[in-house]
Amino acid sequence: MPTSTAPAERTTRIPFSQTRVSTPVLGVIGILAFIAIWELASRLELVNPLYLPPFSEVAATVVQVLIGDQYRVQFWTALGNTMLGWSVGLVISLVLGIVAGLIIGSNRWVREFTHSTVEFLRPIPSVGLIPIAIVIFGVRPTATIAIVVWACFWVVLIHVVYGVTDVDPVAESTARSYGFGPFARARYVVWPTLLPYLMTGLRLSGTIALVVAITIEIVVQAPGIGQMIAQYQSAGNAKVVYALALLAGVVGLLINLALRRLENSVLSWHPSVRGEVVL
Amino acid sequence: MSGRIVARRVFMALALPIIIVVLWWVGTLNDTNPFVPKPVNVVSDLVTVWAGPLLVEQVVPSLYRLGVGLGGAIIVGVLLGVLVGLSRVARKLTGPLFEFVRAVPPPVLLPVLLLVIGIDDRSKIFLIFLGCLWPVLLNTIDGVRSVDQVLGDTTRTYGLRGWSRLRYFVLPASMPRIMTGIRLALPIAIILMVVSELYAALDGLGYQIMLFKQTFQTGPMWAGIFIIGFIGILLAFIFRVIERRVLAWYYGQREVESSER
Repeated sequence: MPTSTAPAERTTRIPFSQTRVSTPVLGVIGILAFIAIWELASRLELVNPLYLPPFSEVAATVVQVLIGDQYRVQFWTALGNTMLGWSVGLVISLVLGIVAGLIIGSNRWVREFTHSTVEFLRPIPSVGLIPIAIVIFGVRPTATIAIVVWACFWVVLIHVVYGVTDVDPVAESTARSYGFGPFARARYVVWPTLLPYLMTGLRLSGTIALVVAITIEIVVQAPGIGQMIAQYQSAGNAKVVYALALLAGVVGLLINLALRRLENSVLSWHPSVRGEVVL
Repeated sequence: MSGRIVARRVFMALALPIIIVVLWWVGTLNDTNPFVPKPVNVVSDLVTVWAGPLLVEQVVPSLYRLGVGLGGAIIVGVLLGVLVGLSRVARKLTGPLFEFVRAVPPPVLLPVLLLVIGIDDRSKIFLIFLGCLWPVLLNTIDGVRSVDQVLGDTTRTYGLRGWSRLRYFVLPASMPRIMTGIRLALPIAIILMVVSELYAALDGLGYQIMLFKQTFQTGPMWAGIFIIGFIGILLAFIFRVIERRVLAWYYGQREVESSER
């Protein structure tokens, strides 16, 4: 809720934790503390350094993996494979989810008719289907894509259905009485209502898709980051394993940030986003 | 009249599943491909292969690990979340760190944990624990942080502090967000339970399914996957019942608010 007047400045000194600079400063301190604990736990051999190499060495390995001659080619190829499965799976589940969601959401009868089936299928864990996908598709990117689609489809579907049913009946009737045809209503009434839900679904499934893709690579040795991690684990090269785990986290973080950016720019007109800007 | 409504409900709930099963049944009637299962075979495998000692030997260890990991994550997540959420400094200290750690896909930790802990129960429980901790923890922090300001001031004015403030104000007020966190953690718990067993295990549901797959016993494999599905559906159902009870006041309040509008 934007207030018209700024809160009166207090003359007493503001505690450091409430100042503007405290957010980045404390955040960096937190991360440094974590790194220090990691480094010490390994150097003082609280944990066997064979299994938990010091952070400094892992950080050096991260650089090696990114640009060093030994791992560079393998890493970027693996990353490309992972992202390929991620993007193709995400796009397919978006298309399927939107189409199915529009059909289910726009009609009350269809909604009731499919409700039990959707609620039954939705909680089935995606990774449980790994053996099936391997039997059907073999250890190929298709298997990864199929499971990513299964995992993300339900998320997109549910959000689209919610979005379509959330359309304001008054706005719908108003548009109808002003002579808007079905396409104009879809464009100007349903779409703006649906979009915030769709963007939330997209952001959630973007993260899920990455987790699922990497999981499959680890479990069934499909080509990608996960496979590379599993390989170096069985080779006993802990430094590379930790470096890859960190990099996987960075990729996840970047995906999350990018999708949040997209959400904010697509929904710049929406009150929830506008409100954040004002505050 | 009400009989007709009930009949319609039952019809609506059962029609599509029945259609799907019939289509599946008819579609695979003359199919000889061993990899395509038939509904009759899956059901018979469910009864003859899985029901009995196999269920106890393989499913119970899985559920045990799931329960301990998830339960631990909920306890630690809520305790830590309340502590961090109440302090502005702690929130800012941990913010970026938690944001990053959460972004690491939990299955990536599987090889790492196998290195550190080994192949036994502990590494699997710890993996489930770690994966479920973040949704619970982050949602609890958020819930504690965003409690109603006016209510907070009121409890302070009335001298409610320490434990009773926590018990009667902070926890109930953040309970909707805590339950959201737990709901997000449920599928993660099942996924990690299965993944840890598919990857490296000595027993468990995922291990047994992998064994069936490697020995080309497709029917029992499908039946096992159905069991995973049932566990997922059962957990979601149990959670919904508990949520309805715990958050009864919340749903009631929301209904009142929306009817006032």
